[in-house]
Amino acid sequence: MNNFSYSRPEDLNSALGELTKREGAKFIAGGTNLLDLMKENIERPSHLIDINHLGLNTIEATADGGLRLGALVTNADTAYHENVVTHYPLLSQAILAGASAQLRNMATNGGNLFQRTRCYYFYDLATPCNKREPGSGCGALRGYNRIHAILGTSDQNSETACIATHPSDMCVALAALEAVVRVTGPAGERIIPFADFHRLPGNEPWRDNTINPGELVTAIDLPPKGFSTNFAYIKLRDRTSYAFALVSVAVALEIENNRILDARVALGGVAHKPWRKPEVEATLIGQPVSEANFQAVAEALIDGAKGYGHNTFKIELAKRAIVRALQQAAKLEPTA
Amino acid sequence: MTKYVGKPISRVDGVAKVTGKAKYAAEFKSPDLLYGWVISSDIAKGAITHIHTADALQVPGVVQVFTHENRPGLAWFDLSYKDQDAPPGSPFRPLHDAEVKYSGQPIALVVAETFELARYAASLIRVEYKVEEHATDLHANLSKARDPKLGVASLLKPPPPKPRGDFEKAFSEAPVQVSAKYVHSAEHHNPMEMFATTVVYEKKGKLTIYDKTQGAPNSQLYVSQVFGLPFKDVRVISSYVGGGFGSGLRPQYQLFLAVLAARQLKRSVRVSLTRQQMFTFGHRPATVQHISLGALNDGTLTAIRHDAIAETSQFEDYTEIVVNWSGMLYPAPNTKLSYKLVPLDVYTPLDMRAPGGVTGVPALECAIDELAHQAGIDPVELRLKNYTDRDMNSDLPYSSKELRECFRQGAERFGWSNRNPTPRSTRRGHTLIGWGMATGIWDATQGPARAEAVLTVNGKLRVSSATADIGTGTYTIMTQIAADTLGMPIEDVLFKLGDSDMPLAPIQGGSWTAATVGSAVKVACEDLGKKLFKMAQKMKNSPFANAKPDDIFFADAHIRLKNDPAIAVSLREIVGQNGGRAVSETSTSTPDFLEQRKYARSVHSAAFVEVEVDEDFGTVRVTRAVTAVAGGRILNPKTARSQILGGMVWGISKALEEESVLDHQFGRFMNHSLAEYHVPVNADIQDLDVIFVDESDTIVNPLGVKGLGEIGIIAMPAAIANAVFLATGKRVRELPITLDKLL
Ligand SMILES: Cc1cc2nc3c(=O)[nH]c(=O)nc-3n(C[C@H](O)[C@H](O)[C@H](O)COP(=O)(O)OP(=O)(O)OC[C@H]3O[C@@H](n4cnc5c(N)ncnc54)[C@H](O)[C@@H]3O)c2cc1C
Ligand code: SF4
Repeated sequence: MNNFSYSRPEDLNSALGELTKREGAKFIAGGTNLLDLMKENIERPSHLIDINHLGLNTIEATADGGLRLGALVTNADTAYHENVVTHYPLLSQAILAGASAQLRNMATNGGNLFQRTRCYYFYDLATPCNKREPGSGCGALRGYNRIHAILGTSDQNSETACIATHPSDMCVALAALEAVVRVTGPAGERIIPFADFHRLPGNEPWRDNTINPGELVTAIDLPPKGFSTNFAYIKLRDRTSYAFALVSVAVALEIENNRILDARVALGGVAHKPWRKPEVEATLIGQPVSEANFQAVAEALIDGAKGYGHNTFKIELAKRAIVRALQQAAKLEPTA
Repeated sequence: MTKYVGKPISRVDGVAKVTGKAKYAAEFKSPDLLYGWVISSDIAKGAITHIHTADALQVPGVVQVFTHENRPGLAWFDLSYKDQDAPPGSPFRPLHDAEVKYSGQPIALVVAETFELARYAASLIRVEYKVEEHATDLHANLSKARDPKLGVASLLKPPPPKPRGDFEKAFSEAPVQVSAKYVHSAEHHNPMEMFATTVVYEKKGKLTIYDKTQGAPNSQLYVSQVFGLPFKDVRVISSYVGGGFGSGLRPQYQLFLAVLAARQLKRSVRVSLTRQQMFTFGHRPATVQHISLGALNDGTLTAIRHDAIAETSQFEDYTEIVVNWSGMLYPAPNTKLSYKLVPLDVYTPLDMRAPGGVTGVPALECAIDELAHQAGIDPVELRLKNYTDRDMNSDLPYSSKELRECFRQGAERFGWSNRNPTPRSTRRGHTLIGWGMATGIWDATQGPARAEAVLTVNGKLRVSSATADIGTGTYTIMTQIAADTLGMPIEDVLFKLGDSDMPLAPIQGGSWTAATVGSAVKVACEDLGKKLFKMAQKMKNSPFANAKPDDIFFADAHIRLKNDPAIAVSLREIVGQNGGRAVSETSTSTPDFLEQRKYARSVHSAAFVEVEVDEDFGTVRVTRAVTAVAGGRILNPKTARSQILGGMVWGISKALEEESVLDHQFGRFMNHSLAEYHVPVNADIQDLDVIFVDESDTIVNPLGVKGLGEIGIIAMPAAIANAVFLATGKRVRELPITLDKLL
């Protein structure tokens, strides 16, 4: 851990200003990820800008009937917010499936988006990692890759290889709900559809997302449609609680008279970003609720998956989890 | 008279622990304290060619960087580095030379005025290595297996017995046969408290050392031998230990580094390790076991073969008892047991709760379950059919063995008679349900120990012994024993431990502290009682003038006449006769080796478990478990139950979650954090039930106790694996049973 300075601005502009002014500065929200990374010498910011006092800690209804989640609202306050529980239970469940009560009390919505991979090699300076040290290689590729990705990986070129996953639960639900990320920065405000916020490793595995330097996430907007009737979040992991997902599935369905009107399926623990294939989801639309249809969707969503040894089991596990989650959402199955 | 022994007395150290008054090794301060940060090697094998320390040394506040290049001369012979628990071989010496023997090896210590500075400066140090090819994969190196070297340790951990009868013939003729391979991963102890040492540099170079250890005298011995210091200049204190599980049986490298720095800099120094560094010393070794069982159609075992291969380091031959249990639990006339080691480029393994026991017994008990299934016999019945009151390895009778009662009471509490014996035939929705059981066995040993008992002038009893309390309840049960022996109210009794200045006791491990130190406490209090009685006789108008020791007893802080308890003298009055001084006695208790030699002495258990397995996902939950223990006399049902509960939780951990994973590319344990090294959380633990069956034993030791530290864990992994088989029809012989193995 290196020496760093710390400031606590009270308004958005000074926070943004400090970030551009100070070389090597970083925002700190709940600190649950950043401080761990600093202790391991993976992040070495010269200055921390505490963004907890910028007034971004409210949850408010939006004009279009959706909900705006302030970036600095804690994961716990979001999950237990009345409006979230009633209208977006999928999001509430996904958040509560993550981390522990103590962590959720500190972790913020913005921070959750930015949390970094849990790849063992990323965390261990003694091993190579392209994400941490571009061009050094990928320790996980031929190593212990139990928690790693099976979809959208980058494994051809040793200098850009990366098979890491994005570890968030919350983001899987946000992907299914088609949330929108509100960002502000030197170039003003912009809006990023959730599917475009995180990225695949490609040739730049060190980049987790599409945010530009100097930008700050101010809020996450939920569209009016909350899928509060037919939804499911399944998280499979190595113990009952307090473990990251090996595979997770968020399903949101709209069903009328046993016909599917809208369908979303997002996967966690399998790729560098929450995994969706809207074209596969579309095949369900207009179809009756049936296990055969769900099986077909599971196959198609996982199509092209590749295992790296320790994580090969995820291919089969993900399919089964997708089917079960669809069944639960369609109420063919009691929820766990 | 037992007013306290056998009662569920709450922990006497409980309040100090929950209020933070109990101080641990890294919490002691000294005005001039310096802080050390350990740098660990990145490679598993090779040599350090350059270690660039200049940048670190330039940081204001950094005092020194110790490496093999500037380490002062120290003891030369291997013998000096041998602690009480050192296995045969050449102990690891931190900063000895440029050689790197394993990944994570301590290669430098940065010492600075603050902890943060030391840590920051460490990040500026660059190390260059000459890398050599390492071997860390047990499975790829099985062909290198060889017999362990013998040494002093072999006395406590005997090698497998000679074969009995003719295994090959009996096995080939057996109508029912089972042959299977069992694989267990390495595990690290990971007590909550990280290893730490605070060395306070006193006048004239005397050292007061606050160390995390399971034996203060062991650390004292190590420091004085390695640094050539007289015992009187080295005092080691370890009053509280935040969990040990065996990791503190040997002095760890932070002790060496802290003492080295303190002596060189002539200042007080603290060195504490990180969680990641908790994966850089002793661990439970990875093992591969093969078991073959032959039986008659009625389930009578005729042949047992049990072979184990375990990893060790390249420099020491760590051994544990893995296969001998097979010869102790079942009286098959034809047995053949073997135990071999494969040296790898890892640190020497180290005793970890029920070392060897929770490796060998679970494999055996899974194989027995396979046999029961094949023979179509209920697993409990099969075990009763092959019950023995003799240990066939030593051909001695057990001093006591109420295992039959464990089966009976455990089965009844669990409802075992309702078991559906057909695999994969009980379900609730997507969950498959299965029941399993297994036996546990562990040694009931006693060693020699000393204790001091003091009656203070104001009539309080103070008892001490240099043992440890790693969370097992030692403080509490010793207080109970002392109070009862001298008939004192428990509030007036103070037991102290964990200081090398106190009378000598062995390291705390192997479940022998209750027996060993308890016996010493009892003897010391009895001897003090005799002394007090003699003093009472000499008092003016003593009512005991003509009494014999047998005529009196101790109660309510008085000596009383048996045939007229109203005739009494208070202990306070007696000590008042001593010219304002306390009365004390130091005594040694030695096991009755002659008598004990005639018996096998063991503690037994039976575990019954229900699991639920998701048929699609392979996730396993232990919904209910009952463990029945035959552990001799139970000194305190509350602390005893805690020990067994903790063991059961760890059994669940071993069966389903826990493993240290080596990446053989780098020869390094990779899941070195508690986020990725999984042990159960509350949500994993459901209904656990503990039964203590009555067992009286006059041979194991004067107290009749057997020790409960390890027995709780031993039966659980097999009971769970057997339940998983019944639930799913799948035998998983590789622990932990993670969901991928059941897909
Ligand atoms: C042991 C453990 C277990 C966990 N288990 C789970 C789990 O099962 N599921 C799960 O989903 N998560 C889990 N988490 C992760 C946890 O959810 C994240 O650490 C948390 O959400 C991060 O939020 P924070 O506010 O603490 O972020 P911080 O640590 O404060 O920040 C993280 C990063 O985001 C940046 N940042 C923060 N806010 C903003 C913003 N508004 N705009 C721009 N940049 C910003 C910071 O600069 C920093 O780089 C776990 C964490 C731990 C430590
Ligand atoms: S998977 Fe990605 S994060 Fe992990 S070692 Fe490879 S490059 Fe680094």
